[in-house]
Amino acid sequence: MPRGGLTRGRLSALVIPYGWLALFFLAPLALVLKISLSKSIIAQPPYEPAFGASDGLAGWFEKARAFSVAAYRGLGEDPLYLESYLSSLAIAGVSTLFALLIAYPLALAIARSDPRRRSLLIALAVAPFWTSFLIRVYAWIAILKDEGFLNHALMAIGLIDAPLTIYATNVAVVIGIVYSYLPFVVLPIYNSLEKQDAALREAAADLGAGPLATFWKVTLPLSLPGVIAGALLMFIPAVGEFVIPDLLGGSDTIMIGRTMWNDFFENRDWPAASAGAIVLLILLVGPIIWFERRQTKGQGA
Amino acid sequence: MTSARLPRLATLAFGFAFLYAPIALLVIYSFNASKLVTVWAGFSTRWYASLFSNAALIASAKISLQVAALSAIIATFNGTLAAFALERFGAFRTRGVFVGAIYAPLVIPEVILGLSLLLIFVALGVDRGFWTIVAGHATFTMCFAAVVIRARLAGMDRSLEEAAMDLGAGPVMTFARVVLPQLAPALVSAWMLAFILSLDDLVIASFTSGPGSTTLPMRIYSQVRLGVTPEINAMSSLLLAAVGLALFISAIAGRRHES
Repeated sequence: MPRGGLTRGRLSALVIPYGWLALFFLAPLALVLKISLSKSIIAQPPYEPAFGASDGLAGWFEKARAFSVAAYRGLGEDPLYLESYLSSLAIAGVSTLFALLIAYPLALAIARSDPRRRSLLIALAVAPFWTSFLIRVYAWIAILKDEGFLNHALMAIGLIDAPLTIYATNVAVVIGIVYSYLPFVVLPIYNSLEKQDAALREAAADLGAGPLATFWKVTLPLSLPGVIAGALLMFIPAVGEFVIPDLLGGSDTIMIGRTMWNDFFENRDWPAASAGAIVLLILLVGPIIWFERRQTKGQGA
Repeated sequence: MTSARLPRLATLAFGFAFLYAPIALLVIYSFNASKLVTVWAGFSTRWYASLFSNAALIASAKISLQVAALSAIIATFNGTLAAFALERFGAFRTRGVFVGAIYAPLVIPEVILGLSLLLIFVALGVDRGFWTIVAGHATFTMCFAAVVIRARLAGMDRSLEEAAMDLGAGPVMTFARVVLPQLAPALVSAWMLAFILSLDDLVIASFTSGPGSTTLPMRIYSQVRLGVTPEINAMSSLLLAAVGLALFISAIAGRRHES
């Protein structure tokens, strides 16, 4: 079999998945871009210009002149969108930070466990990912409600007198995001910790470093690629999260996924929602490309 | 390191309690006799009984299972071809676009994927319903399938294939008799991953579904918005049990394969 290049057989094997992605991923994204440059009207579909096959090339050109950046200008002027972006980034950022604070010790504890138990422990840590996301978020409603398990427990041990209001606030959203994405963060950190050579830590100890110094100077720096991978795997989808802010957040929880959803289904302003999606994509693609570059560099070294 | 044993065990205990306590509470209170989800009033299976008489919920569960099974088959097929293209085909023109199209859906917010799919179906004049959900799910799950299968392909020993070719087996024969058996565990995990992701998806289904094709997560979601009920707890517990059983079986199958 030839090692490189496309033979006829390979081409036919490539065309199927490529064509599928072109039709259901690339073309739809291009369409989002196009509609973001359109104007909102009350019709079906609720935007113009709409291109039809009957228009011909000349007709398309004529219609393309109707493109405008009005939707983008609208985003800039709409305080709701600006606030949505900022608060999404903030909520996702805070959640990622807390997730790292929980995931790192957990990954470390698993990596330092008896080798015979390690694979079972990491499987247990990742298993919740396989269970329904919606159900796991739903489970937190009963815990965080005013008359929920957490308040019952805290009042029973006398820590608080009156129930804390957590449900329907941003705090609940952060808890929900941390919980839902934790397996995504634990796994890459564990992978980078597990690969580390124990001899490096012994060498540091022999040279007089205490356990803390060894951690800061050896273990942590060596595990940074895993930390960054875990943080990005969580942060990027968390920014656009819809289900968690919708179920655990309050009416003042504004996140971009929810704003776009509302613009789409309730306000029927498709150009605004599309422009919102394009801006969000640009915000998120930056870190992906940066990470990809870093990965390739790491492989080359 | 025996000196660090206590903090290590405490960390494990705290971590796993955080991960599993919410799920455990959910399951325990699905057996609650009371209508209140947070006050225990004795053991009862009444919510499971009422679940099975909820025709709308059962219809949605059926739709979800069909969508998940079908879209997972498409995703595994497409994902296998994509994995070969990424791992074995070397450089080709627009490979970068292809790689991007495989990896981007793994992290792009579902709202954007759903929105873009809805727009293309409207633009093409396709009536939304069962098949548009299948197409939408097959699209994002094929990317997960491709990653799983690619990892297996990368770890496979190619000398076996080369030996088969040297012994006169053609590419099709080599694929069927040498590559496929080695790839089988990855194909099963890819299908399962795609199945579970599809079964769980709310956002893409909401954008791509039409009248008469309400999936289970959509049904659960609209009920949850009205309030927490023990019936949803019972439904959730059944789903958890199903996923748990599937994981258990695949773990045993994987272990048998390794030995």
